[in-house]
Amino acid sequence: MAKAASAPRANGTPAAKPSKQELLGYYRTMLLIRRFEEKAGQLYGMGLIGGFCHLYIGQEAVVVGVQAALSEGDKVITAYRDHGHMLSTGMDPAGVMAELTGRSGGYSKGKGGSMHMFSREKNFFGGHGIVGAQVPIGTGLAFANLYRGTDRVCTTYFGDGAANQGQVYESFNMAELWKLPVIYVIENNQYAMGTSVERSSAETHLFKRGSSFNIPGEQVDGMDVLAVKAAADKAVKWCREGNGPIILEMKTYRYRGHSMSDPAKYRTREEVDQYREKRDPIDHLRATLVERKLATEEELKELDKEIRGIVNHAAEFAQTSPEPDPAELWTEVVH
Amino acid sequence: MPPEILMPALSPTMEEGKLAKWHVKVGDRVNSGDVIAEIETDKATMEVEAVDEGVVSNILVPEGTEGVKVNTAIATLAGDDEPKPKSGGNGASAAPPAPTPLPKATPAPAKAEAKSPASASAPAAPPPAPLAADPAIPAGTEVHTITVREALREAMAEEMRRDPNVFLMGEEVAQYQGAYKISQGLLEEFGPKRVIDTPITEQGFAGLGVGAAFGGLRPIVEFMTFNFAMQAIDQIVNSAAKTLYMSGGQMGCPIVFRGPNGAAARVAAQHSQNYASWYAHVPGLKVVAPYFAADAKGLLKAAIRDPNPVIFLENEICYGRSFEVPKLDDYVVPLGKARVVREGTDVTLVSFSITMGIIIQAAEALEAAGISAELIDLRSLRPLDIATVVESVKKTNRVVVVEEGWPVCGISSEVATQVMEQAFDYLDAPVARVTGKDVPMPYAANLEKLALPSLDEVVAAAKAVCYRN
Ligand SMILES: Cc1ncc(C[n+]2csc(CCOP(=O)(O)OP(=O)(O)O)c2C)c(N)n1
Ligand SMILES: [Mg+2]
Repeated sequence: MAKAASAPRANGTPAAKPSKQELLGYYRTMLLIRRFEEKAGQLYGMGLIGGFCHLYIGQEAVVVGVQAALSEGDKVITAYRDHGHMLSTGMDPAGVMAELTGRSGGYSKGKGGSMHMFSREKNFFGGHGIVGAQVPIGTGLAFANLYRGTDRVCTTYFGDGAANQGQVYESFNMAELWKLPVIYVIENNQYAMGTSVERSSAETHLFKRGSSFNIPGEQVDGMDVLAVKAAADKAVKWCREGNGPIILEMKTYRYRGHSMSDPAKYRTREEVDQYREKRDPIDHLRATLVERKLATEEELKELDKEIRGIVNHAAEFAQTSPEPDPAELWTEVVH
Repeated sequence: MPPEILMPALSPTMEEGKLAKWHVKVGDRVNSGDVIAEIETDKATMEVEAVDEGVVSNILVPEGTEGVKVNTAIATLAGDDEPKPKSGGNGASAAPPAPTPLPKATPAPAKAEAKSPASASAPAAPPPAPLAADPAIPAGTEVHTITVREALREAMAEEMRRDPNVFLMGEEVAQYQGAYKISQGLLEEFGPKRVIDTPITEQGFAGLGVGAAFGGLRPIVEFMTFNFAMQAIDQIVNSAAKTLYMSGGQMGCPIVFRGPNGAAARVAAQHSQNYASWYAHVPGLKVVAPYFAADAKGLLKAAIRDPNPVIFLENEICYGRSFEVPKLDDYVVPLGKARVVREGTDVTLVSFSITMGIIIQAAEALEAAGISAELIDLRSLRPLDIATVVESVKKTNRVVVVEEGWPVCGISSEVATQVMEQAFDYLDAPVARVTGKDVPMPYAANLEKLALPSLDEVVAAAKAVCYRN
C-alpha cells in the first residue's frame, strides 16, 4: 500500500501546509477524474465513443495540483489527453462525456469529440490534436494577458513527446524574450505512444530544455499532488511578478495504453504495477488523509459514492442527449 | 439487475474477438482498474479492466471462446453496495444507479458504418465483382489475395532488399512495428540502421530526409498520418519539390513521403483531412493514391525507384481490405497512368483511393437501373492521366468525378476543367462532382456520415448526367 507523504516538498523547500478542505478538494477532483476516465473507457468498449480516446488515468495529481495554484482568469491549454484538465477547471462532467459520445449536449455540440473541446467560460482553450501545436498557442494566450495589462498566467501543458517539436523552442525563445507569463507544464509520462523518452530525447531531463533560453526549470514528482501544488505555487508567483516563463517537468505515468487501441506491449506489466501499486497519487493522498485523521474511512467511502453518482449521471446524459441536428453540419464554419 | 461486464470493443472497427483468458473466477472481488480478462483481436492482445466494483457472480463466456461479439455480456457482478447519486448535487436528478448503462438506451452510433458505405462491415472488401483485369499483368499470371497493408510492406521490403540506399524513417515505424502495422517485421529484417524510429518532429525528419536524398540515399519517410505532414509541408514543397528546378537540374531529390491520408473513422477535423489536391498542386512533386492492393504494391515500388519526390497517399480504412496481387518477382506499376477498372457505355465514373469502393458499388446499383458505368481509377494525381478519362468520355459522353476531399480547388475541379478543355464537344451533360462537404470533419457519427461522399449521392449524380431521375 502507498505510504503517507511526509511534509510536502518542492525542491527542498517546505511548502505551506494545505488545509483539510484543500486536501479533500484535491482528493475529490483526482477521484472524479479517475472514475470519469474508467467510465469513458467502458463506454468506448461499448462502441458509444469512437475514434481516439486518450485516458488520463495515473496522471491525475499533475493537473489537480497545478490547477489548485491558479485563480480566476488564469488560462489553460493542453493536447488531446484533456479530460482531466477539463474536469479540474470545473467543466461539467456531463457536458464532457456527451462530447465524447458525439451528442448535442457536449461542449462542442458533438462536433469536436474527445480531443477537441473548449470552454471560454472556464478559460479552457482546448483540446488540440496536433502534437506540440498548443505550445505556441498557449504562449500567445500569455501574450494577450500581458498585452492587456493583467497579471494572469497561461498554463500550457504538453507531453514528453511533444517536447521534441520545433515550435516548442520557437515559443520558448519568444516567451523569454518578451517575458510572457506562461507556465510550461511538461507532463513527462515517459512515453510518447510506444517511444520512451530515452529513445527519443538527447537530453532526457526535460526541465533543462529551456536553459539555452534562460528559462528556469524544475523537475517535480508528478505522482504527488502536494509536491505539484507547491511547485505550481512558486511558478505562478514567478510569472505574476513579471519574470517571464517557467518550466515544470512533471514526472508521471499513464497506466493505460496511449489510446484505447494501444495494447502497450512496449513496457512490462511490472513497470506499470510499480506505479499503480506503489506510487498511485490517489491512494497516496487517501493514506495521508486517513493518517492525519483528516477524514474517516466512512467519509471517504461516502465521497466515493457521490463521485460515482456524478459519473453515472454524466454517462446517462451522454447516452440520452440526442445526436446533433443534421443542419449543424453546415453551421459555425465561419462567422 | 446485477451489473454485467460486456465484451468491449478495443478499436473503432472491432466487431468481435477471442476471450483469451480470465484473470478472475466466480467469487473473486474486483475493484475498479483490476485486470479481469485478456482479449485477442487480429491486431493485438489487450487487457480488460474492471470499471464497476463487486464480486464476480457468474462467468458467462469461458476463456478460449472465439468470435465473441462486442457488447455481449461476458460476466456478471454482484454489486455489494450500489452507489446512488446524491440528489441536489452535481449528480443531478434521480438518475438510476445502474453502474453499467446498457447500450439499449439509445441506438449506439454506428461505428465502422459511419465512415462510408464502402467501409461498412470492414475488413471485408466491397465485392470486386466484374472488374476488368489489369492489361499490364500478363494473362495467366498467378495471383494471391493479400491486404493493402501487406502489399505496401512487400513493396518496401523488396525495394530495401534490392537497393541498400533505401531506408525507412518515421514515428513508431521500427520497434512498435508501425502505428498501423505497415512496417511490421522490417526492423527485424533490415535492422535499426535502415528502419529508424524518429522523435515527434515532422519538419525535422522530413527535412533530414530531403538532405539524405540530396546526399545520395533513397529515403522513405512515413508520416503517421498526412495530417501531421502539415508540420513538414514547407520542407516538402520548398525543399524537396523545387530544388531540381532551382539548381538547373543538378540536385534531384529521390524521396518518398508516405502514410495514410484522408478521413479515418470518428477522429474529427484535425485528423481527417484529405491532402490529395494540396500536393497535386505542386510542380516538382509526383502524387500517387492507389486503391487496389496490386497498385499499392506496384506504385510504391515505382515511387521508391523514381528520381523525384513522390507523395504516396494511403488510406487507413483500406489497409485491411484484401485484393488479388500478381505473384511476380518484380511487379512495378508506372506512375502517371490511370486504369479503366470496369468498362461501360453510358457514363464514366472517375475516382481514386477509398472512394473507388463507392463507385464500384455505384456501378452495380446503376447496372440494376439499366445504366452501364465505366469506372476509372486515376491512381496517380500528378501527373494526371487525363487522356484515359478523355478517351472514356468520348465513348460515354457523361462523367461524374468522385473524391473524398473538399470541393474547392479539388482533384475533381481539375478533372472537370481538363475534360471541358479537351472533350467539350463530346459532353452531353455538364461534368458532375461528388465530394466531401465543404466543412471541417465533424466528430458526431451522424454528421461525419453526412460530411463524406455517399453511394446515394454518386448514384444520383450519375442518373442526373444521364437525365434519368
Ligand atoms: C504533429 C503530430 N504528429 C504525430 C501525432 C500522432 N501522435 C498523437 S499523440 C502522439 C504521442 C505524443 O506523446 P506525448 O507528447 O508524450 O504525450 P502523451 O500522449 O504521453 O500524453 C503522437 C505521435 C500527432 N497527433 N501530431
Ligand atoms: Mg508522453
